[in-house]
Amino acid sequence: MTDVIIVGAGTAGLTAAIYARRAGRSVLLFESSAYGGQIINTPDIENYPGLAHVSGFDFATALYQQAADLGAELKYERVLSVKSLPDRKIVHTAEGDYEARAVILATGAKNRPLGLDREKELIGRGVSYCATCDGMFFRGRDVVVAGGGNTALEDAAFLANYCRRVYLVHRRDEFRGSKETAKKLAAMDNVEFVMNSRVTKILGDEKVEGVEVTDKNTGAVRAIAAAALFVAIGQMPDNEAFSDLVELSDGGYIEAGEDCRTKTAGIYTAGDCRTKTVRQLTTAAADGAVAALAASQEM
Amino acid sequence: MAAIKITKENFEQEVLKSDVPVLIDFWASWCGPCKMLSPTVDEVANETDRFKVGKINVDEEGDLAVKYGVSAIPTLVVFKNGAEAGRSVGVIRKDQILDLVGA
Repeated sequence: MTDVIIVGAGTAGLTAAIYARRAGRSVLLFESSAYGGQIINTPDIENYPGLAHVSGFDFATALYQQAADLGAELKYERVLSVKSLPDRKIVHTAEGDYEARAVILATGAKNRPLGLDREKELIGRGVSYCATCDGMFFRGRDVVVAGGGNTALEDAAFLANYCRRVYLVHRRDEFRGSKETAKKLAAMDNVEFVMNSRVTKILGDEKVEGVEVTDKNTGAVRAIAAAALFVAIGQMPDNEAFSDLVELSDGGYIEAGEDCRTKTAGIYTAGDCRTKTVRQLTTAAADGAVAALAASQEM
Repeated sequence: MAAIKITKENFEQEVLKSDVPVLIDFWASWCGPCKMLSPTVDEVANETDRFKVGKINVDEEGDLAVKYGVSAIPTLVVFKNGAEAGRSVGVIRKDQILDLVGA
């Protein structure tokens, strides 16, 4: 039996692995795609204390290496459920069952889709959730950004450097994101705000050729020709598999306080998948430490 | 078999005229997720002789990226008998890559 099984090898999960190993516990991590989590999409991290400038890839690789060097084991298997018994936890993956004394759920968050028809099948064919990753493919073209928070505003500003025209579609009459960035965008010739509107349809068969936008006040429908739709409407958790084990908030996040304890003894949670107000790299790392030390002390 | 570098010069010979399926990894040096995927693609390449694995740098071979509609990276495309037979966008696991190739 493993001492601590960690579900998810992002910043929270890998930090938990480091702390649990240093507390003398055996550690097994499960990851369903690649270690590192969301941070691998970030070209430059500039707000991590002590590291003035590091790429998301370098950060994730160093974090993984540190955990691996300490003896944490990583398996690429999707965890389907976790069962809590009085004397042990059983982690059921696509490949088999594993026993642990404690489990840390560090499942992170993923990009929230608009929920439009064919949105998923057009990913990589014009639909994108990462402007800094895919923006350069649309150099000189017209693109649409959906969203009104900081990510949407920053994406629009980034894309305006490369693209011919950037349409920023937002469902409210003002942006949630930084006033400063919004002002900067308003002053750019090639950025157009489409307020009080939602993207209601993706146009194009083989690839994105435009979007249909509906004004929520007038009901007017407008087609915008564009080669790409960048969706920036925030993150969402992926915790449905654990709804019997832990309390989930309305938004699907695992209910837990700063102590990272869930309602079930021996089950902890860390990082973006937990109910919290600030979701940053530092808070993910902090959660990993808190959850791992609690798990290590309480078993 | 180690992964080979594909350019517009050798694309037809190595990919379209290949007798075996070809898995192509579209990538760029500035793309973090591409760097996460790359070692897995290499591992798959080194472990098989049943299909070929090639890498296309989209910065150097923009025309190939445009021609095959690649607008996000990493993108994996499988070619069989000169035609596209499968595609996946983003970082995936080794078993998912093998499923994609289906060889």
